[in-house]
Amino acid sequence: MSTVAVLVETRGGEATQPTHEAITLARTLGTPVAVWLGAAPDPAQNARLGIHGAAEVRVVPAADDARQPARAAAALAAATADADIVLMISTFVNKEIATRLALLTGAGVVVDAAGVELVDGRVETLQTVFAATWNVRTRIAAEKAIVAIRPNTTLASPAEETGAATTVVVDADLPEVSETIVAIEPVPAPEGVPLAEAPVVVSGGRGTNGDYTLVRELADVLGGAVGASRDATDEGWISHEHMVGQTGTTVTPALYVACGISGAVHHRGGMQASGTIVAVNIDPDAPIFEIADFGVVGDLGDVLPQAIARIHEHRAG
Amino acid sequence: MVDPTIGVGNIAGKAPLMGTEPRPATLSRMRILVTVKFVPDLQSQRSFTEGAVTRTGDDGTMNELDENAVEAALQLKEAAGEGEVYALTVGGDDAVAAVRKALQLGVDHAIHVSDAAIAGSDVFGTAKVIAAAVRKVHDEAPLDLVVTGMAALDGLTSMLPTALAAELDWSQLTLASGLTVEDGTATIVRHLPDAHETVAAPLPAVVSVTDEANKPRYPNFKLIMAARSKPVTTWTLADLGISPEAVGLGAARTVVVDASPRPPRENRVKVTDTGDAGTQLADFLIERGLA
Ligand SMILES: Cc1cc2nc3c(=O)[nH]c(=O)nc-3n(C[C@H](O)[C@H](O)[C@H](O)COP(=O)(O)OP(=O)(O)OC[C@H]3O[C@@H](n4cnc5c(N)ncnc54)[C@H](O)[C@@H]3O)c2cc1C
Ligand SMILES: Cc1cc2nc3c(=O)[nH]c(=O)nc-3n(C[C@H](O)[C@H](O)[C@H](O)COP(=O)(O)OP(=O)(O)OC[C@H]3O[C@@H](n4cnc5c(N)ncnc54)[C@H](O)[C@@H]3O)c2cc1C
Repeated sequence: MSTVAVLVETRGGEATQPTHEAITLARTLGTPVAVWLGAAPDPAQNARLGIHGAAEVRVVPAADDARQPARAAAALAAATADADIVLMISTFVNKEIATRLALLTGAGVVVDAAGVELVDGRVETLQTVFAATWNVRTRIAAEKAIVAIRPNTTLASPAEETGAATTVVVDADLPEVSETIVAIEPVPAPEGVPLAEAPVVVSGGRGTNGDYTLVRELADVLGGAVGASRDATDEGWISHEHMVGQTGTTVTPALYVACGISGAVHHRGGMQASGTIVAVNIDPDAPIFEIADFGVVGDLGDVLPQAIARIHEHRAG
Repeated sequence: MVDPTIGVGNIAGKAPLMGTEPRPATLSRMRILVTVKFVPDLQSQRSFTEGAVTRTGDDGTMNELDENAVEAALQLKEAAGEGEVYALTVGGDDAVAAVRKALQLGVDHAIHVSDAAIAGSDVFGTAKVIAAAVRKVHDEAPLDLVVTGMAALDGLTSMLPTALAAELDWSQLTLASGLTVEDGTATIVRHLPDAHETVAAPLPAVVSVTDEANKPRYPNFKLIMAARSKPVTTWTLADLGISPEAVGLGAARTVVVDASPRPPRENRVKVTDTGDAGTQLADFLIERGLA
């Protein structure tokens, strides 16, 4: 079986859940190999990658160099010479790395993919486009394929046979680049599940009037993350990292709850592929209702507390 | 959060210089090329025809996010006091509408690269064509910057700016929510999920700007009238010295093999709150195993 490389995404020194999803997906395409840019992971990380099927964990000691797409791509190229398929998580930074890697290897690239399969020996991907109103299947015609996958599109599961996840250190000559990173100001990690990975997202828009108490409470009850519309982040009611939409984070949770959000096409582009969509809005003509599986025409100040109370009541038995 | 700034000067320190402020004598002309894509209007019924996006003059417009790119270029030129801004689009006949829109916003020159052989290009083919056009302008008189949008609202790959920088072998400064240019160096601030980076690079550079970077201006009547009589330069692949085999569907590393509209959501429920809609909502979630 051919090697399928997965670029590990890390947070706080650990491989993220989407990474394990990608390794699970890689098993359906060949033999998964994880590529870790930075300091070598601790054994617990190797073990978890192995559970999902990674045969090797190739470590390229790259540190902050990996923040520069051209250097990350060179590191990745050195570690994936034997791989016909390279998978990574679809983020803005990875799209840049994918582009640079493709220019080094001649690979074809699809980003924002919701699925990958082999058809007659060629890689084909599934994407939703035009604010998730169309399904597109793309064939990668080049010998090598790079696919950036959206989180939450594969269910991570343990492999039948645990991978050895042997650490292999790879030396890479990283190119000189003309860009200099002058300053890096870390953004504190949000509490709980990150937006892109959350199984449930509860979002608030202009209709919250800046008060996220109820939105947050419902998100907590449902084990989800808090999202927002652009108007809400522009108002400074909640930080930019929470923005869902075409220019923010694209989410595909099992459940998306839009509270006081009108459903502008820019917003829908980032959430329309979600499993179940629920909307609460006082305006019966709000466009969000066109895509809501369950819509409530009502004031979120009345509807949310009642829903939260009912869920608590149900759980109490 | 860092204040988005577009201007000439020090990004961290002083306020950016805008067009109305007195300008230091040391600043020279700024020559900037902005890429603008012709895309189907977001509000229209967007569709595919035989694996390609249906593009018509009626429902097409300049990519909204390229308004931020045009705005950034105009502000830089105005702050420098002198210079030229070029708008460039690659696309079929109708795509000229994208550069016309840019003229209405105030760019000085418009270029439309059009050739039947470009149809079906992937990101790398498109980048090759744009790079050749950029070089042609750069050879006439050196450019300082190429400014692009953060994404085209149809393809949405956000890959083009990186591919273009690599193709040109110019500095890559992508996803800028703030941009300043001083002493031959461009500096941007980019907001990534884990950190806010400040990145500097020598000119010439390819810069992509986000929708946080600025608030695009509206075209005024005077500019709309003036834009009508401004010429649009049209180039073909031959003008750029690119062979038709190097781009287009034949050279594409990725090919759309199927496109179909997603079925609408079925059994949708909409209730009006008369006092118990919150309970109904919770029951719906419980029934679906979501709560
Ligand atoms: C280039 C570009 C990119 C953009 N990208 C994005 C993006 O990525 N993400 C994004 O979200 N937006 C984006 N936008 C903005 C987008 O077009 C909309 O302006 C924005 O999504 C609207 O936010 P909203 O729904 O919160 O506000 P509004 O449209 O003002 O809607 C507020 C809604 O709340 C309802 N409401 C009010 N009070 C209550 C109440 N008490 N209870 C219940 N409902 C109530 C109202 O009926 C209304 O429908 C972009 C815009 C542009 C131009
Ligand atoms: C639905 C869809 C899916 C696609 N998927 C893929 C894919 O997976 N892989 C692939 O290689 N190609 C793909 N393509 C082709 C690709 O979109 C085009 O080659 C395109 O011109 C560049 O990519 P983009 O539209 O994603 O631009 P982005 O990289 O998102 O655009 C960034 C900026 O580049 C500039 N720009 C982009 N295109 C042009 C242009 N033609 N003229 C002027 N400026 C431009 C604009 O300033 C824009 O804001 C896809 C196209 C569509 C419509």
